[in-house]
This record gives sequence, C-alpha cells and structure tokens, in this order.
Amino acid sequence: MANEVKLYGATRSPFVCRAVIALNLKGIKYELVVEDLSNKSADLIKYNPVYKKVPVLVHNGNPISESLVILEYIDEVWNGVPILPQDAYEKAQARFWAKFMDDKCFPAVFKAVISHGEEQAVAEAQEALQFLENELKVKGSKFFGGDNINLVDITATFVAFWIGAVEEALGIELLPKDKFPKLTEWSDNYVNCQAVKDSLPPRENLVAIYKKRFGKA
Amino acid sequence: MGEVKLFRTWSSPYALRIVWALKLKGIVYETIYEDLANKSSLLLEYNPVHKKVPVLLHNGTPICESLVILEYIDETWNTTARFLPEDPLARATARFWAKFNDDRVVTSIFRAYVTQGAEQEEAIGPALENLDIVEKQLIGKNFFSGESFGFLDLVFGWIAKYLGIFEETGGIKLIDEDRFPLILAWKDKFCDIPVIKESWPDQEKLITKFQLMREHFISTAAGSS
Repeated sequence: MANEVKLYGATRSPFVCRAVIALNLKGIKYELVVEDLSNKSADLIKYNPVYKKVPVLVHNGNPISESLVILEYIDEVWNGVPILPQDAYEKAQARFWAKFMDDKCFPAVFKAVISHGEEQAVAEAQEALQFLENELKVKGSKFFGGDNINLVDITATFVAFWIGAVEEALGIELLPKDKFPKLTEWSDNYVNCQAVKDSLPPRENLVAIYKKRFGKA
Repeated sequence: MGEVKLFRTWSSPYALRIVWALKLKGIVYETIYEDLANKSSLLLEYNPVHKKVPVLLHNGTPICESLVILEYIDETWNTTARFLPEDPLARATARFWAKFNDDRVVTSIFRAYVTQGAEQEEAIGPALENLDIVEKQLIGKNFFSGESFGFLDLVFGWIAKYLGIFEETGGIKLIDEDRFPLILAWKDKFCDIPVIKESWPDQEKLITKFQLMREHFISTAAGSS
C-alpha cells in the first residue's frame, strides 16, 4: 500500500516545525506543501475546515490537524525513535507538559512579543517559563525526555529557537541565561540534535520576518 | 490496581469527566472535595502548576488536566471497555475534537453566559456556530464516539447538563430544537446511561452557584469599565 505523507505549512511556523522534526526523527519521507496563509489553498480549507490553519498532516489522503495531535499520530503509526514514553504515567507527564507549553507558555511569550517586551508581559512570560526551568532542574537530565528528546522537547521548539530570534529582532530579553540556566543549556543541546538541526528554518529568515512583523516602526 | 483518589469540586464539569471514567471502569476510588476559595495544601502540592481540579492520585502520584487523566485511566485500566478507539486515525480525530471542545466550545459558550446586553449578543453568534460544528459531528452516529459511548462523550458530556443551567440562569437560548436536533437526541441517550444519571451534581445547587458566578463576572466587568 502506498504510504503517502504530506505536510501542509512552512517551517517558519514553530508549530509546523514540530511536525517536521517528528517526521525527520522517524525518517519518514514526506512532501512539504508550503501554504501562503494570506491566500489559503482549497486543499488546506478542505483538510482543516474548522481552523484553516497549519500544520496539517495528510496521510494517505486522511488529514490530521493540531500539532500535538499530529505528533501523537506520527508516534502511533510509525515505529522507530519514540516520541512518547511507553509507561502510562510518564506519558501522562509528557502530555501534561506539552499542554502547559501550548496553553500557558506560548500565549504568554506571544503577548510579550507583540507588546514589544512590555514589563508586565515579560514578567508573566518568564513566570510561565520558570515552570519549565524548574522541571529541568528537578529531572536533572539533558532533555525533558531524559537522555533523548521526546514530545515535550519537540513541543518546546519555540522556546529553544524562536525566542532567540524574536529577542534579536525586537531587541528584548525574554530568556536571560542567568535567570534560566537550565533552559539555556537545554536549548543549546536541543537545537544540535540531528533531527532538529535538519528541520529548523534559517535563523536569519526568522529574525527578518519578526523585525518586519513585530518591530517598532 | 492500587490506591486511587480524586481531588474534585462538587460542581466542576471537568472533574465530572473523571468521576464518569472511574465509575465506568469500575475503579474503586476515594473522593476528596476541594474548596477552591481555600485550596488544601495537598492540592497545591499535587498540582503546583495550575492549582486546579481535577487531580487524580494513583498510588500517591498525581496526574493533572482532565483530558490527560482520561487517557491515563484508559491506558492503565485497559482490560475493561476502552474509551479511545484502537485505530491511530480515529484516536487523532477524537483528540482533535476533544481539544476543539475545551479550546473553543467551552470558552465561547462561557463568554456568552457571563455577559449581558450588547456584549452577550455579540458572544452568542460564535457560541452557536461552534455548536453547529458539534451538531455536525453527530451525523450518522448514536454517540460522539460512534455506535457506542466513548471518550468524546465523556468530553462533550458537560453539554447535557450545564448548557441547561446556563440557559436557565443566563437568559440565553443555546440548544434550539430546530437547529440542534442531533445534540438533543444524543443528550437523551447520554443521560440514560446509569453512571451518568447517578453522577450529576444537585440541580438546585448548580443553579445557585452559576447564578452567583454570572453575577460576579458581570459586576466585575462593570466595575472595571
């Protein structure tokens, strides 16, 4: 049976990048269908009518939307490097932190960005990120997944790579090394993983995009 | 299979999902009721990040977030009726709709509920549009999970009780029988399930509680404008 895998989106989106990392981690061959979000394709609207967003994974014609749902799907369908732990409790922990990342960290970081680093917004973003810092401290491991990256690390890609790009683009500081030594160390290790390295967009592209989109006039 | 405790409030629809799940699996558990105005030190220890209910404690280790707890229960007590399907695509679809409920349906309906006047009128539209999407999910099905009851019914189950409470105390009409015949039909079937029937919180208490909550939101909004 043909195993046709398409991914709609572009890697400048940290959410699309998650899916790309997972696909690369598992060594899955796929076609990247780049979407212009200001002019969405009929296919994207057909495959994700509810949100009309990327990423959308289309596997043998079947669409899966929402990046965390996509990550779990990829892990369940394809063997190889595991994305989620086997143990039910460890799995629950991973899901908890991934959800925390998306429900609390990302929105707080986003708010800090669009406010151009307004003090209160940055404080709230750092409050959320502090939980991640503490988790790494408690775990005492290289990655959220232990010796190897897992769902949580992949979900946190925006912390490892996107935060640095917006910091540079906007001249703000969100993740200072002295306040977040563990997250800083984790970021360096994470972006050097092969599957991650193979998936990240060029940093200067992101910086340019964010300068244009969020920079002060 | 170990000692199970559930930290909950009497009224939380999220905690109710876990009550249903535990009962459906025939799991013996102890309930610890929390007063969210006066959280116990145990709750703060077990859920330091969110300080919320529900929290499931299994052999002394806590699991938080209702959707995470549901999957944990399903995977740990995996010999009795499974909530989630086996097929990865069906599982992904279920998880997508669970997220849609929690991210969009709940928030949009709540927004319509805790507002009044022009703000409420503006909020009703998106709430009903999200319910249109929910209605479509029932086409050709007995339950949200398909032929039989499952994970998505646990997720959407709050609709069967709390929407009625919101309608009664919020002065809004949400489930119009012409627009949402499938949701109404599902509601009857869902409420007929013995575990569901016996687990609803007290109706009068819910009405009082949500009435107060609505008044609080409205007066807070008025005070800050």
